[in-house]
Amino acid sequence: MNNILAITHKELKSYFASPIAYVVIGLYTLVYGYYFYAAVRFFERQSMQMAGLGAGTPSVNINEQLIRPVFQYSMVVFLILLPMITMRTYSEEKRSGTMELLLTSPLTDFQIIMGKFLGAMGLYASMLGITLIHMALLFWVSQPEWMPILTSYLGLLLMGGCFMAVGLLISSLTKNQIVAVVATFAVFMMLWMVNWIAQFMSPTSQAILNYLSITGHLEDFMGGVIDTKHVVYYLSFIAFGLFLTARSVDVERWRG
Amino acid sequence: MIEVQHLTKQYGPFTAVHDVSFKAERGEILGFLGPNGAGKTTTMRVLTGYMPPTDGKAIVAGYDVIEQPIEAKRRTGYLPETPPLYPDMTVRDYLMFCARIKGVPRIDRATRVKTTMDRTRIADVANRQCAKLSKGYRQRVGLAQALLHNPDVLILDEPTAGLDPKQIIETRRLIKELGGEHTVILSTHILPEVSQTCQRVVIINKGRVVAVDTPDNLTSRLQGAGSLYIEIDSMGADAQVALASIAGVTGVTVSERHGAATGYEVAMAADHDVRRELASTVVGRGWGLLELRPMRMSLEEIFLSLTTEETENTEAVQ
Repeated sequence: MNNILAITHKELKSYFASPIAYVVIGLYTLVYGYYFYAAVRFFERQSMQMAGLGAGTPSVNINEQLIRPVFQYSMVVFLILLPMITMRTYSEEKRSGTMELLLTSPLTDFQIIMGKFLGAMGLYASMLGITLIHMALLFWVSQPEWMPILTSYLGLLLMGGCFMAVGLLISSLTKNQIVAVVATFAVFMMLWMVNWIAQFMSPTSQAILNYLSITGHLEDFMGGVIDTKHVVYYLSFIAFGLFLTARSVDVERWRG
Repeated sequence: MIEVQHLTKQYGPFTAVHDVSFKAERGEILGFLGPNGAGKTTTMRVLTGYMPPTDGKAIVAGYDVIEQPIEAKRRTGYLPETPPLYPDMTVRDYLMFCARIKGVPRIDRATRVKTTMDRTRIADVANRQCAKLSKGYRQRVGLAQALLHNPDVLILDEPTAGLDPKQIIETRRLIKELGGEHTVILSTHILPEVSQTCQRVVIINKGRVVAVDTPDNLTSRLQGAGSLYIEIDSMGADAQVALASIAGVTGVTVSERHGAATGYEVAMAADHDVRRELASTVVGRGWGLLELRPMRMSLEEIFLSLTTEETENTEAVQ
């Protein structure tokens, strides 16, 4: 465990020593903040209209009509930003030769991978952490239900974990960070869009494609439900991604 | 301390190391000598557990590098060809990180990093970013990293590459100091380095071990019983036969021709000094004796003669 944390600590440190962390967090905050503002204004107008219609009309729900769209939108932003977090994890180590240091130190491959994964997750979690400020504002002016918010955060963390696992795998395949970031982004897009084509498919393949969709599994979390099915999906996706990364590092070893 | 048995490493169809075996005892400094591409780095990478061998076995500090990699790695310090530095980190942070992953207990880390920095003379750049270091400092930070956890075995891949002459001398002195308490394997293609620092030499070429011996023994072995260089102007006569017929001479070969003069390499038996007879024969026949000197093969020549298959290739190798 100490070894894993040593790597995690190093990863986090190098994110913050390079511009990556600041660019990613900064851009995220900017885009998210902009969207949050727009969403709040839209929600405000909607509720005014509803109120104008008088008694008897269904009242607006802040959880469903403001918080949920905001989370959904932030998922798309993560799709674009997360490849930048994982792109250098392995590529950079391979390029600068520090991979040799890690692989000749008394560490197991698993410890290195977990360390890197947790490091990337740490940066991701700090991005999510910033949005807690926005949520706090909502709690200040209104009374949203906190349960769906909590499960949404959990869902976003798990979904991010899947993207990180894919990102780590792709980064371990190349020495070139640009290749890593572009390829990771392409795979993210595919994983995101996989259920779009589902509607034109036979029921069986539709079910399969829907199940594969990373973002599809987020819906229940957004609705405030923690379904074991989805948790299992995400965790096994992460485990499989990290396992493939371990294989990829091992193959690299044999090839030399 | 280090035992390599029938090590073979193939990259696809290319065999980088073929059936290499050697041993190094505790406290010994073993030189790993060979031209570029001979398989030095590959062998070292197998020894450090960076990559598995295709065949064969490597035992470091009593642990098989494949079966018990963590135990073996814990006892090994490795300086790769390019020092593995993180450009964003300061030297001190980098060494603290290395100490941590190499299993130096938390309470010892700061002192260990400090003493290692003093030892490798990098204390003055402790707070500088690795990216901003000169080549000489990078190399020494890399060396410090290898020494941090006080390993039994040190594996240094071209530790003096890129250093200036003063730093080379300092680094060699440091390596010599390290021998005794650590077993050191260092690779190099610089010959004087081996004769100055190493107790034993493994010469490797094209992935095969060509010779294993002490630098002194190698010199005398190659020198055979000894040989002389004689340059004479034999006035057109065939001096080779005449020289070969002298008692104690075991072989005569033509090595150089300068116009009328011809230089011969005369091999002689161990207990015979044939210099007097050679001189009197030449003078007695009325030839001109232009030069007569003993030949002592430098390690450089040994290296070349061992690693070059054909004499014509000598220049190409150089």
